Amino acid sequence: VLKVLLSLSNTARNIDFINGISLCIYGGARLVGSTRSFADFSPQASFDIKKCELHRLDQGPPTQALLTREQGLKYYRTMQTMRRMELKADQLYKQKIIRGFCHLYDGQEACAVGIEAGINPSDHLITAYRAHGYTYTRGVSVKEILAELTGRRGGVAKGKGGSMHMYAKHFYGGNGIVGAQVPLGAGLALACQYKGNNEVCVTLYGDGAANQGQIFESFNMAALWKLPCIFICENNKYGMGTSVERASASTDYFKRGDFIPGLKVDGMDVLTVREATKFAADYCRSGKGPILMELETYRYHGHSMSDPGVSYRTREEIQEVRSKSDPISMLKDRMISNNMASLEEIKEIDVEIRKEIEEAAQFATSDPEPPLEELCNHIFYNEPPMEVRGTNPWSKLKSIS
Amino acid sequence: MDKIRNEQIRGTVKVEQFGDKAREARLRWFGRVLRRNRGYIGQRMLEMELPGRRRRGRPQRRFMDVVKVDMEMVGVKVEEAVDRARWRQMIHCDFQLLQVTVRDALNQAMDEELERDERVFLLGEEVAQYDGAYKVSRGLWKKYGDKRIIDTPISEMGFAGIAVGAAMAGLRPICEFMTFNFSMQAIDQVINSAAKTCYMSAGLQAVPIVFRGPNGASAGVAAQHSQCFAAWYGHCPGLKVVSPWNSEDARGLLKSAIRDDNPVVVLENELMYGVAFEVSEQGLSKDFTIPIGKAKVERPGNHVTLVSHSRMVGHCLDAAAVLAKEGIECEVINLRTIRPLDVETIEASVVKTNHLITVEGGWPQFGVGAEICARIMEGPAFNYLDAPVIRVTGVDIPMPYAKILEDNSTPQIKDIIFSVKKTLNM
Repeated sequence: VLKVLLSLSNTARNIDFINGISLCIYGGARLVGSTRSFADFSPQASFDIKKCELHRLDQGPPTQALLTREQGLKYYRTMQTMRRMELKADQLYKQKIIRGFCHLYDGQEACAVGIEAGINPSDHLITAYRAHGYTYTRGVSVKEILAELTGRRGGVAKGKGGSMHMYAKHFYGGNGIVGAQVPLGAGLALACQYKGNNEVCVTLYGDGAANQGQIFESFNMAALWKLPCIFICENNKYGMGTSVERASASTDYFKRGDFIPGLKVDGMDVLTVREATKFAADYCRSGKGPILMELETYRYHGHSMSDPGVSYRTREEIQEVRSKSDPISMLKDRMISNNMASLEEIKEIDVEIRKEIEEAAQFATSDPEPPLEELCNHIFYNEPPMEVRGTNPWSKLKSIS
Repeated sequence: MDKIRNEQIRGTVKVEQFGDKAREARLRWFGRVLRRNRGYIGQRMLEMELPGRRRRGRPQRRFMDVVKVDMEMVGVKVEEAVDRARWRQMIHCDFQLLQVTVRDALNQAMDEELERDERVFLLGEEVAQYDGAYKVSRGLWKKYGDKRIIDTPISEMGFAGIAVGAAMAGLRPICEFMTFNFSMQAIDQVINSAAKTCYMSAGLQAVPIVFRGPNGASAGVAAQHSQCFAAWYGHCPGLKVVSPWNSEDARGLLKSAIRDDNPVVVLENELMYGVAFEVSEQGLSKDFTIPIGKAKVERPGNHVTLVSHSRMVGHCLDAAAVLAKEGIECEVINLRTIRPLDVETIEASVVKTNHLITVEGGWPQFGVGAEICARIMEGPAFNYLDAPVIRVTGVDIPMPYAKILEDNSTPQIKDIIFSVKKTLNM
């Protein structure tokens, strides 16, 4: 028993050891649970984070981040949920239960979670098609996301939108046209400025979209009118199958805003992303105008489910990122080595998440498809019922909004 | 300083134009003179010729010269003076209903909507300090300032996207394209970001935006600046597309568009901006709206139906006036809305007249007329047609520059008359 206890406890703290033994002696069945009481974890720790490269900025975000145990567990839970959700989507796609486009976000979890941690729920966010992660952080349940992917009536858009068109309060999708979401984001920022509500808009785009003309048009107007817009380029090194070196004359995406100040952020570390986002949000809220952030990140899957992702990059590269810079592992190691959580606790969370995802997948596969009567609904908003032509002249379908 | 036109003041106090009143007085006196018995000195004076030579220079205008012109203007003949009551009726000039140009109608509509709802704002190229490329937004920047009237750089795709984003966040933007030709640069934002979003989000995300600007042919601006986009935008579900003809249409439809919670494309016409129309008192009220999706019968008739939108409605009415002299009564329908198309009004008219001609400025292939033909064929009105539906359209070429070529590239009144006579087998 003593040997078992010794192997279970990670540190040589005597009190814990005695506690462990006492638990073992007085409550044998409790051996499965944590051998430490929560009071023994450190409530918070300060971590050194990578310094950000700056463009037209004198000062960058702080190089130290404070992480509380609560926050750490929350970030871990959110990232792990996103990871498992994307892997479940992968599974369902291969079983042909999800069709069409499916762009998976695994590997980039730190970006979504870090950004959400740096802004308020009342701020606005818009992204492109790799949107499942953001849909989750902006408040949609896994159940509704998976059901939308499988095209069922329980989906967040009632099955009408699919992978790329999911919406929530202050989350504007999910946009399929590469780069089109950037002017939309600038417009959301204009609305924030117009209403004077001190909110900001986070506008995301990828390294592939960074060469779109409309992005530069948005930069110009955002800077001209000092819109409270945080432009974020998620640089995962590949635009579909084209590496950044083959697509862009300048791969310093944080400098591409030219007259807009920029910073380059390590997108695999949730704390760095959070601090940078906080810094950017403060900058915008102070009325100084837009700011640009480049998040260096990586996607494990290919561009979409129809892309194996190994024709333009090596398996070794993917493996290296997975082992050295995986965001979830990094956070877990940090928390455990600083005594902010125990392995058991983490494992418990993993089990819970697995269960949640399984239940959600179960719902997503068993929920019925939307009824045919709803085919023509929601064409317009707040509109009296109208008639819509079907596939032939005798087919007159009803549409209500 | 506000510019208040004379017509508006006269219209408000219901007073006629002085010249018109003087003319009525002259003709009244003339009629009285004619009705007196022969030998009345006034009658003798009418035809009197003074002896002798006049001095050099332009001949002096005599009473009869002026009265002849007056009679022509009013449309009476000397013989009609015998019937006093009828004469009085014919020469009577009513105070004119307020004459408002289409430009002023659009301007007033935007002004009133900006005042009514704080969320409404206008953005586009030159809309603020320049008063609008075609002066449609004249005076608005002075009144509402930088926050509500925004000058944009020349970035259609960018600012159209910004307008859509602002609409998604709950504002109600009016996005002006200097002409709809430039909207092609931004058409992805209009269709993919604005029109489809309510459906894709299953009603979660509304986009209450108005895209407006001049559409179609202008004068001498050549091919890249003369395209009609009614068919292009009319093709897409999720969009509403309106095409006003006169000032009342412009006021009512623009107001409806701004108050609508969905994306609306307002296709104006640059050649109509300066044309003045009478607007009824009801049409001037601040809450005057025209329902989107209802066509209007501008002129009733029972021999043939002419369906049109925008500037061509005027051409149809002119053609109808000419044909009326030959005894052909045309029913002229002003579509007002391209999408959703008011087929019921057209069908009811075809049931009555049995002949249908569509008139549009745009190209024939896949155009508004083509859609009307298809719908009529698929509906109950087909059985009432005595002849196939005829489409009168712009010539299927990019718009040329030389005046003679340009004039012959869009339907003229004679083309409409020709088509009417052909379909009626005359």
